[in-house]
Amino acid sequence: MKKDWTPLALVPVIALVALPLVGSAPTWVTLTVAGLAMGMMIFMMASGLTLVFGLMDVLNFAHGVFISVGAYGAATVLTRMSRQMEAEGLASDLSAMIPAVLAAIALAAFLGWFFERVLIRPVYGDHLKQILITMGGLIVFEQLIHVVWGPDIIPLPRPGTITGSFIVGEAAIERYRVAAVVVGLAVFAAMWLVLNRTRIGLLVRAGVENPEMVESLGYRIRRLFVGVFVAGSGLAGLGGAMWAMYQEQVNAQMGAQVLVMIFIVVIIGGLGSVGGCFLGALLVGLLANYTGYLAPKLALGSNILLMVLVLLWRPRGLYPIGKA
Amino acid sequence: MPEPMLAIAGVNTHIGQYHILQGVDFEVPRGGLTMLLGRNGAGKTTCLRTIMGLWRASAGSIRVDGHDITRAATPDVAQLGVAYVPENMGIFAGLTVEENLRLAARAGEPDASRLEWIWRLFPAMKTFWHGLAGNLSGGQKQMLAIARAIVEPRRLLLVDEPTKGLAPAIIANMVEAFRELKRTDTTMLVVEQNFHFARSLGDTVAVMDSGRIVHTGRMDALAADAALQTRLLGLSLDAHQ
Amino acid sequence: MLFRLLSGDFPRSRALTVVLIAILAGLALAPFIFPGTRSLNVAAKVAVFVLLVASYDLLLGYTGIVSFAHTMFFGIGGYGVGIAMAKMGASWGALALGIFAALALSLAIALAIGLLSLRVRAIFFAMITLAVASFFQILASQMSPVTGGEDGLSFRLPELLRERLVAYYVVLGVALALFLALLRVVNSPFGRVLLAIRENEFRAEAIGYRLVNYRTVANCLAALGATVAGVLYAIWLRYTGPDTTLSFNIMIDILLMVVIGGMGTMYGAVLGATLFVVAQNYLQDLMKLASGSLEGLPLLPALLHPDRWLLWLGVLFILCVYYFPAGIVGRLRR
Repeated sequence: MKKDWTPLALVPVIALVALPLVGSAPTWVTLTVAGLAMGMMIFMMASGLTLVFGLMDVLNFAHGVFISVGAYGAATVLTRMSRQMEAEGLASDLSAMIPAVLAAIALAAFLGWFFERVLIRPVYGDHLKQILITMGGLIVFEQLIHVVWGPDIIPLPRPGTITGSFIVGEAAIERYRVAAVVVGLAVFAAMWLVLNRTRIGLLVRAGVENPEMVESLGYRIRRLFVGVFVAGSGLAGLGGAMWAMYQEQVNAQMGAQVLVMIFIVVIIGGLGSVGGCFLGALLVGLLANYTGYLAPKLALGSNILLMVLVLLWRPRGLYPIGKA
Repeated sequence: MPEPMLAIAGVNTHIGQYHILQGVDFEVPRGGLTMLLGRNGAGKTTCLRTIMGLWRASAGSIRVDGHDITRAATPDVAQLGVAYVPENMGIFAGLTVEENLRLAARAGEPDASRLEWIWRLFPAMKTFWHGLAGNLSGGQKQMLAIARAIVEPRRLLLVDEPTKGLAPAIIANMVEAFRELKRTDTTMLVVEQNFHFARSLGDTVAVMDSGRIVHTGRMDALAADAALQTRLLGLSLDAHQ
Repeated sequence: MLFRLLSGDFPRSRALTVVLIAILAGLALAPFIFPGTRSLNVAAKVAVFVLLVASYDLLLGYTGIVSFAHTMFFGIGGYGVGIAMAKMGASWGALALGIFAALALSLAIALAIGLLSLRVRAIFFAMITLAVASFFQILASQMSPVTGGEDGLSFRLPELLRERLVAYYVVLGVALALFLALLRVVNSPFGRVLLAIRENEFRAEAIGYRLVNYRTVANCLAALGATVAGVLYAIWLRYTGPDTTLSFNIMIDILLMVVIGGMGTMYGAVLGATLFVVAQNYLQDLMKLASGSLEGLPLLPALLHPDRWLLWLGVLFILCVYYFPAGIVGRLRR
């Protein structure tokens, strides 16, 4: 097992192959930024899922609920902050955005804690029941969202600072997409630091490989489980809030709608691998935007084709983790 | 007679619908190395896993240094000072050698003088200190697994087949390492198939068959009695050589 | 005679027997005792979903694998009939061709998915089937010249099947016959091997059963069952579209029906499908009443809002998974 750089080359390769196909450099820049932004948001939504899977062997089909709940949390705060939203300037925008994002994270994290505690804990180790229980959770909580927030789609305003585009050369770049890339990179960097520079991260990485051995060394993996589950849910909430602001609307099905895409990213990256998940998310985001421009009919299916190709190349994903 | 480090009495273990351990009784004396021998499928690995709390004993009692750990969870057993080297070595392939050892040192950083000692025992650990554990050779992985178990002083070391699949030269290195460990008065319980290895290290011996202990005694006594070996293990020393 | 018909697998509970006979009688006599289009629609849907859910139970309950591609096979059946009828006209030959093509396509896909991904872990299979199924959904919505896109296809049937009563009894007859066939499958030596695999993978493999082969055959049989169900549903509705066959919501409905009815008991499919379809159509009326009478209280009216009927089935589903793994049938058999 050497350091494996080949998959990393896929991102620039895809971008470069797309350049002559797209034809115009400004359009290409716009599409690439859009693709990267989309990839970052997918990464935020998917990273928790892959970690939870890697560490606990739990595939949470209800992960989409955390995404939706994060989006609703952010929407609830933002619609109450109309005064700050209307005011001009970065400071007032931030004073609305930061509480909104924090609310999204907190709400999703709390729901994650509840989920782990009440629904998933009794069925650790039983894959069939896990899939069924998390599906049940998806059904019930999607309905509860309707009960709490009503059945209608909620429009979500974006603060002025991150609305509109700026022009670089001839390419128009949406501000929000740049913001999404910045937040996504920050999240990835933070995750990387926690995983590689802290003792908790060391435990998580070891636990993903071999939970039994971590227990045999004297650590309580259960506590780690809860922590990772809550953190992963919080990240999904953050991703959901970002995604909702990107779509400028919120609905209860949005989590379930992106779920297939997230699964594909997790499979492409290699179940349990955070780095693979990041890479897979970027690939899916870029490909979706290029094909959306070049061959709109193919766009929706492009990520599934990508998954098939990746699995033909590496049957366990780009960066498979220790255990089979 | 001082209290034994490990006392196992009447232990039964079920895995699913299979009754693997059917009343296991034996003791591991303090400060010595006990070899647990027996044919494939006799229940040796299950026995170690039951001590470690990775399988739950359905009956009987297990005591470590006077503490009852029959129903204890795995982390509690480990925190009592029991270290475990599983048959597949259980090293973390995606972590470096250094990280593998740092994880095993529950106090935080491994003690510097103890590290020096480990590096003397297994020089390869120092050479590949920042290399990924997954890149080590089979023998080096086994050394890492043992090094990880002794990075801090432990009361009791459980080692499952340390010589499995190793070349003779590496086994010789392993014998030296275990001799050094014996000098530190570490109590050990080692499962082994290689009788030559077992004979050269064991103080006492317990032999399992079909989920029960069928013989306990001094290792040298068993080593001297070819007929007993054939009866218990189905092999004689000469045939094994 | 009855023994042969049920393959020796009797309900084994007086209450269950009564309920099953009542359902069967209700379905058989539906056109006469429940007049009206709505109730006949409900009865036909029950018949179709009994077959659909029973074939899914062959996978989930008897083989222990979770597939999310069942609606895809359901859809292939529906589109097979729909495309043939819409493009080739309302002839028996076109109907037969459509059905045959649908069955062949389902078999090929089920075989491919099975051989490629049933070797790996249950979770992986679930994810792969989810991806493949959503790909199919996209395909159906994008290839609108052939599939009618989001609008689906409305079509005319051969003369005889335009008669509602005939169509109803064709649907019911085929569904019943295939249900009995599935009952035979799970009670055959093959079915017992499936159960052995579900109970203990390692042991079954050690005894010498090739897991992949058995699971793949089960996957194919389930796919064919779903395809026929899709054919029947299209014949009944004289329409096929993404919302009636391919949608993920239907997959969720199937899961609810299997688990609530009882996994690993073919009769659970009958109970689950009946309960669900009836609830879908009539529970809402009941909840409207309850919700109205609780007017003014906090939250409760919202929880009992007629649109929230799925919430309560979801709760029932979770309770079933934890406490009654054999669902309603398991309870009745105690």
